[in-house]
Amino acid sequence: MEEHPNLTQINKICGSNIDFRTKLISILKNELISEINTYQKNLSSKNYMECAENVHKLKHKISILGLEKSYELAVRFEEDLKNSNLKRKTDFDNILKSMLVFTAQL
Amino acid sequence: MNCIIIDDEQMAIAIIEDMILNTPELSLAGSFTNAIEAMKFLNQNEVDLIFLDIHMPAFTGIDFIQTIKNPPKIVLTTSDKDFAITAFEYDFIMDYLVKPLSIKRFKKAVQKTLSFNNTVPSNEIKPLEEETHNILYVNIDRRLIKIDIPSINIIESKGDYILIKTEKKNYTVHSTLKKIEDKLPESIFLKVHRSYVINFLKIIDIEGNSVLIEKDVIPISRSNRAELMKRLNFL
Repeated sequence: MEEHPNLTQINKICGSNIDFRTKLISILKNELISEINTYQKNLSSKNYMECAENVHKLKHKISILGLEKSYELAVRFEEDLKNSNLKRKTDFDNILKSMLVFTAQL
Repeated sequence: MNCIIIDDEQMAIAIIEDMILNTPELSLAGSFTNAIEAMKFLNQNEVDLIFLDIHMPAFTGIDFIQTIKNPPKIVLTTSDKDFAITAFEYDFIMDYLVKPLSIKRFKKAVQKTLSFNNTVPSNEIKPLEEETHNILYVNIDRRLIKIDIPSINIIESKGDYILIKTEKKNYTVHSTLKKIEDKLPESIFLKVHRSYVINFLKIIDIEGNSVLIEKDVIPISRSNRAELMKRLNFL
């Protein structure tokens, strides 16, 4: 995956409102960690339907961090999980990792 | 217009709240991370517009729409880019917004709702979109055949083809289950097996791991069973 997380979308949404930008980034960081934890927990328990729900929810954060190709992968992975198919797991986990690394620096 | 937000994601709520604050025509009456809490609020308060997330755990936006009595105007919010069909199945649904929301698109949805309020009573309007979104055209022998979506009972995957069984006729089309599934409203169609998508309003009964639709017994795979059961209205 060539693309990297970025704040283009967030900047577009927040415009010149710095306070709102700070608030949004803070929510993003906290909620991302919590959503990833839930996803990993369901994955370990092999609750793949719940896992698909978690991926669905994470899609918003993937797109808000400007990861268009990753979003497409997440759409496919969400469908795969409904059929207990984990072939895209590694790629998806790499996307999550890059998002965590990026948001940790914010 | 008094409005509320229902979304299980705090980030989505924060974004919509900010957009509402920047829209003089709107006034925020509350934000809810689950639909049940919002229903309690609606029982005691008058609300003109709801920004409703479709995909929520336990009680989804669709469950909410199907449960609520005298619904106000609703704008759906979703992370699914292919959600337009469901958006026009109910005449109180004004628009649907794909996340991440843009302020421009948000304002357009608000204007659409306001102009709807000012012109036509909701029970008199039948948007063109509603009619056209109930129709699917399929290519058979270089002819585009019109199929009424609600009349579809089952779609079965047959290698490179799919067999569409409707109330009146069956059609064999060169396509995939995934492609047609994307074109159908997920509020009534569900994949129950890797080879079958069903219109679950047509289910006659369910026995063990199969459903009966017309005279067809359709297998339900283990992974799809939970979703099917979730959608059924049990006594």
